Amino acid sequence: MSSDRHANADGKPGSTALAVQGLTKRFGERVAFQDVSFEVGYGEVFGFLGPNGAGKTTTVRTLGTLIAPTSGSATVAGIALKPENGVEIRQRIAIMPEAPGLYLRLSVAENLECFAGLYEAPDPAQRIDRALEAVNLADRAGDPCGSLSKGLRQRVALARALLGDPEVLFLDEPTSGLDPVAARDVHELIDELRRRGVTIFLTTHRLEEAERVCDRVAILNTTLRTIGRPDELREQLFAKTLVIKTLAPLADPGRLFGGLPAVEGWHQNGSGEYVVDISDSRIAAPAVTRALVQDGSDVLAIAESQHSLEDVYLQLIDEDVEAKAART
Amino acid sequence: MSATRIRAMFQKELREYRRSGSIVATMAILPIIFAVEPLIQIFNLPASSAATLAGKDPLLYMLGIPALVPAALAAYSVVGERQQGTLEPVLTTPIRREELLLGKALAVFVPALVIAYAVFALAVASIAVFAASPVASAVLRTGPLPAQVVFTPLLAAWSIWVGTAISARCNDTRVAQQLSVLGGLPLVVLAALIAFGVIHVTTRLTVVLGVVLLAVDLRGWRFVSLMFDRERLITGTKS
Repeated sequence: MSSDRHANADGKPGSTALAVQGLTKRFGERVAFQDVSFEVGYGEVFGFLGPNGAGKTTTVRTLGTLIAPTSGSATVAGIALKPENGVEIRQRIAIMPEAPGLYLRLSVAENLECFAGLYEAPDPAQRIDRALEAVNLADRAGDPCGSLSKGLRQRVALARALLGDPEVLFLDEPTSGLDPVAARDVHELIDELRRRGVTIFLTTHRLEEAERVCDRVAILNTTLRTIGRPDELREQLFAKTLVIKTLAPLADPGRLFGGLPAVEGWHQNGSGEYVVDISDSRIAAPAVTRALVQDGSDVLAIAESQHSLEDVYLQLIDEDVEAKAART
Repeated sequence: MSATRIRAMFQKELREYRRSGSIVATMAILPIIFAVEPLIQIFNLPASSAATLAGKDPLLYMLGIPALVPAALAAYSVVGERQQGTLEPVLTTPIRREELLLGKALAVFVPALVIAYAVFALAVASIAVFAASPVASAVLRTGPLPAQVVFTPLLAAWSIWVGTAISARCNDTRVAQQLSVLGGLPLVVLAALIAFGVIHVTTRLTVVLGVVLLAVDLRGWRFVSLMFDRERLITGTKS
């Protein structure tokens, strides 16, 4: 893998590696995904989340030129997504499918030799060595793939995806079946690839993984539900709140919280627990703390509520489920 | 067209054959069974019956070998990879469908050719040694040799493209293999008609049939490539 090649792939750091506009794929009457639009920059790690059947894998296959879109347009690694550009696009990308799809009778090295040839990689032996080192499998090169565990096969598939020195790397559930240490290794590899300017398009069900490695995420449920940085999405969907716990119920919480700067409302959540809606924690938190101290309250805890990407995801998917139920 | 990609696919296929003893054994055993029965008949012919062989080319019966040996392997080539989940990763690479199919076809073609010629050579040698001398002279006259040399690769290629076409459209390996063997039967019938003197092989017929088969084989590659639908093979749905 050449270093820092892709960050300046077209001489413009941060330019668009993937540009998708109104992309739709139908199989007969069934809609796989519809009217999907987004852009991904070079060197960005882009998470693509969604429930089973949301169209994530079909989107990857479409952008990878394996299947043709029904409508819409896209550019992949700077090349228009058209049937006649299939070879050229596939020379610049790599896809690691969810199932490793290795030749089990062949050794790890033989599998990689085959794919180095398919990518027409210059100096294939060196490429294979580097790819194996990148996934910590250099000592298993001679092992038949059929003898490897699921996790090791997944790592071989990842090494295979690196052979073509891709500008855009599509990873479909790359840590599925991996133990925590191996998953962490994959995350570190993704970080390393990002530093080299490789664009990573990551589909995953593991929301903590997306939050950990992705610069931005999109949530797809046939249509694109939302897109943005994980913290942006949290702010968009959830009001900021302070959770306050006191030893005894406050005598007059309305008087105490009312009129404080950046406080927009409050409600009691059981005895001795209050949830205060705020607009800016940097202003509200000190003000609330001072008010509680002046009031002589026995404060057990003051904390800003933390919503995870999982909360965002579940909120959006639940909305879809409710909307569907309402229609039927 | 990329020779590197074709070679990569070709080498991968050959490596897989080598690792699977049953594939090699099946390829080798079938032609031997095919050759044994006519050879025994020839060995048992008395010297006086040599004249009855005039106008017959029993050795050309072995043209059934290149027609049958590659069929099952060719039938596995696409649907087999699809069923074991290895097709999608290959299709994500820059390989064109023509390159993929040619690499796979060559990997079936080369061993089929080697086996067919080797079995034919063994048959010729054993007839020379074990058959009655006049019978051996009648069977081994020069006439059938050019036909054998010319038709073996052409029939093998035809059988491979028929098998590959079926493989590209079938969803089940077993069905594909059975249909491919059936698809090779007309060629076996043709070989039998030649061997038993119903169709008499002349130089002119050899050349004409050779040219026709060559044209069919070359068109077959393009035709099978058109039948190779990436989307259907990946999703099971027509594009």
